[in-house]
Amino acid sequence: MYALLSSIPYWGETLLRLLGGAVAVLLPAGTIVYLFLFKMMSFMQSRLGPMEAGPYGSMQLFAEVGKWLQKEDLLPERADSFVFKIAPLIVLASTFLLVAVVPFGPDAWFTNFEAGVFYALAVSSVSVLGILMAGWSSANKYSLLGGLRAAGQLIAYELPMILAVVGVVIQAGSMNLQNIVVAQNAGSIFGWDGLGNPYLLTQFVGFLIFMIAVQAELTQTPFDMPIAESELVSGYMTEYSGFRFLMFFIGEFATAGVFAFIASVLFLGGWGVPFSWFGWTGINDVDNWMNIGGPLIMLTKMLGLVFIIMWVRFSYPRFREDQLQRFAWKVLIPVSLVNIMATSVLKVAF
Amino acid sequence: MTMIGDRQQLAYIASQAADARVNVELETEGMTLNIGPQHPATHGTLRIIARLDGEQVLWAEPSCGYMHRGYEKLTEVRTFPQVTALVNRIDWLGSFANEVPFILAAEQLMEIEAPPRAQWIRTILFELSRIANVSLFLGDLGVQLGAITPVFFAFRDREYVLNLIEGATGGRFHPNFDRIGGLKDDLPAGWIDETRAVMKKMRKFCDEIENLLFGNEIFESRTRGIGVIPRDVALQYGMSGANLRASGVDWDLRRDQSLPMAWDKVDWKVWTHNDGDSYARCWVRLQETRESTYIVERLLDTMPSGPVMTKVPRIIKVPEGEAWISTENPLGEMGYYVVSKGDLGPFRVKIRSASFNNISIVPWLLKGVYVPDIITILASLYFILGDIDR
Amino acid sequence: MAKVPGLFKGLGVTFGTMVETITKGANTVQYPHAKEAPPVRARGVIALHEGNCTSCMLCVRSCPDWCIYIEGHKELAPPRRAGGKPRAVNKLDRFDIDYALCMYCGICVEVCPFDALFWSPEYEYSEPRIADLLHDKAKLGEWMETVPAAPELEVGADKKGKK
Repeated sequence: MYALLSSIPYWGETLLRLLGGAVAVLLPAGTIVYLFLFKMMSFMQSRLGPMEAGPYGSMQLFAEVGKWLQKEDLLPERADSFVFKIAPLIVLASTFLLVAVVPFGPDAWFTNFEAGVFYALAVSSVSVLGILMAGWSSANKYSLLGGLRAAGQLIAYELPMILAVVGVVIQAGSMNLQNIVVAQNAGSIFGWDGLGNPYLLTQFVGFLIFMIAVQAELTQTPFDMPIAESELVSGYMTEYSGFRFLMFFIGEFATAGVFAFIASVLFLGGWGVPFSWFGWTGINDVDNWMNIGGPLIMLTKMLGLVFIIMWVRFSYPRFREDQLQRFAWKVLIPVSLVNIMATSVLKVAF
Repeated sequence: MTMIGDRQQLAYIASQAADARVNVELETEGMTLNIGPQHPATHGTLRIIARLDGEQVLWAEPSCGYMHRGYEKLTEVRTFPQVTALVNRIDWLGSFANEVPFILAAEQLMEIEAPPRAQWIRTILFELSRIANVSLFLGDLGVQLGAITPVFFAFRDREYVLNLIEGATGGRFHPNFDRIGGLKDDLPAGWIDETRAVMKKMRKFCDEIENLLFGNEIFESRTRGIGVIPRDVALQYGMSGANLRASGVDWDLRRDQSLPMAWDKVDWKVWTHNDGDSYARCWVRLQETRESTYIVERLLDTMPSGPVMTKVPRIIKVPEGEAWISTENPLGEMGYYVVSKGDLGPFRVKIRSASFNNISIVPWLLKGVYVPDIITILASLYFILGDIDR
Repeated sequence: MAKVPGLFKGLGVTFGTMVETITKGANTVQYPHAKEAPPVRARGVIALHEGNCTSCMLCVRSCPDWCIYIEGHKELAPPRRAGGKPRAVNKLDRFDIDYALCMYCGICVEVCPFDALFWSPEYEYSEPRIADLLHDKAKLGEWMETVPAAPELEVGADKKGKK
């Protein structure tokens, strides 16, 4: 990337990164909405989904966005207007901040933090603030209940998520996401390096906990009490319409994509292919075409993970709030703690 | 704008909440949550006023009447044939079942009886409307609990049953097929074979719902032990139908009373459950839907031939008298108390609809549950707004 | 039941339906492009055979929500045979059905003693304005073309019955 970017000025580089960030957030969000929310859900319910806008309804998303942009931006009379207006921006900002540390290729990254994992998990909880603000400022009892549920839930599931990631960090010996990718792809399983060493295999428990926590963090169905359309109308989003609702909507699905990106980095080997296939040994050997191929590999892995997230979403009923908390504190956190201990013991042993 | 009526209600709520506050050490103020009349989970326009402490319900009361259409009064200014077109709309999902008790009451007053074939077809259509009604409940249950897929399955497969009803009667939702003395018409050719095929599909639908929803541990954790109605409480509140059978009362009007219908001509089983919780109510309904498909098939096997209409005068005048007929409708016991003064139309009709009695237990049942359980319990009680408000 | 299978069975049902939809096609019909044929008996719209109507008002009186409007007058028609007396016939001036009120109960069709009213399965006559749903006798007459013949009856039915 430095070879490529050395010829363009700093502002150009910044612009390029901003553009890349927007693409990395919006493209997966659009793909997820079309592929999974429109089509896969319809197929699972034996219908076809949108078919009119474009071939097989592929332009439906643009129609939806156009519809939302046209709608009136309603503000409840007794709402705290500043907080009400800024809340969706904060939710969306958390997504954009999150994508900043995801590596998409050997040189295709936005920032290369040493403490990338730490940053990602810290930034992901910013969206809680936005949701709480939205719930509180709407001056609506359903919104308030939804916002409070969201706060309780997201905090409860932040912990197992962090603890699940700790196992990966111990195994990789680094908090840098790029190093975690390299460690997986350059690694070997008992000397056999045909697959590298994706942590999905060694950290399967961590992967499960991470995906469950992601499901809760994204407020997808078994854990969607903050939105819970049959109980709380639409939770913290009840009073939002038009453009601001669109921001929540993009935020929801873009965050799904970004979390799937992070999960694929942490557990599925990220952008890389097993280095032994091409005879690479470290990150410096990796050919330049991986800067194009890497993002595509990432996209494929992301879609696979989001498929599972959405599949569960379309099949399951939801928990109750207290059951969810019980599940987080009594099941997930102890299991992840045991996982960390086991990982550290094995790390020292081998 | 606060209306005066609302103010009175609010004062009442506050006094109720004050009672509930006695045991709270730290003085906190509860929140009154107004669920409905426009809320995605109230199947129409039921309003539930709930006083909450956090997410726990201290006190809740249903407030109905937002969709009152005044059927009892409307029937007084209609002739007997016209009333069936109206009573169709009371429980709009199982509309054929609404016609039957009224027509039976009128027939009882006129001292005539429909020919056997008409009784058979009536029973078949009655069971079909039960399947159409309860299959939508099974799908809707999923939506109330957050699973979006079952309701699409329900709409998909209910369509086959509605097609059958439309093929025979001409009306998908409101058949208006029953006449005093029989039926409007016989079945069209090919209908019986089609029905057999659809009944197989409906059993597959029941299996799908069982796998998708009833076997799901999340569903069980949401419904088991939630909203338990003990046997004696259910009887005291005058509940009926599957809600009563789920509390362990073996009571089914199809079996327990003798009507000129064909239920007693075939073998079938009354399903009961002893738990009385939400899961039991849903489970009993699922089993009944499956049982209904068998009832329909067995009735098709034994259907007699002959006319579907007895001799009735062209202008129907029902002799003076009173009659009470109730049947086991999809929602529970539905009955008509018909008073005739010998005119073209009834003098007075009292409609006993199942949902009104079934939801009268709601204030008792919702005390102390969590907000999500309000929705589960209401869904499992299964009411239809038209049936409550009439 | 074991702890895990319930959750996985649900996933299996949705996945199976997805595969079924992709391979065998969906259960839905893409409405404006493809249409389902309604059953022969479907009560779509009431068609009027104007020549049969004698404006006897039976349908008007039997309608549960009084949505049929008939006006007529008596007229002298030329005699059937040459030299005969001119006949008095009922001439229909107005026959309107307000489909915004109609409950589609079918009582009017049933009470008509002269076979002037028929059910047609036609259903595509929605209007943007509710007042436009009041259809006059010319429009009702057009629907006569869509009226199907009465279906055959099922085995065991009493064939002697009327239509």
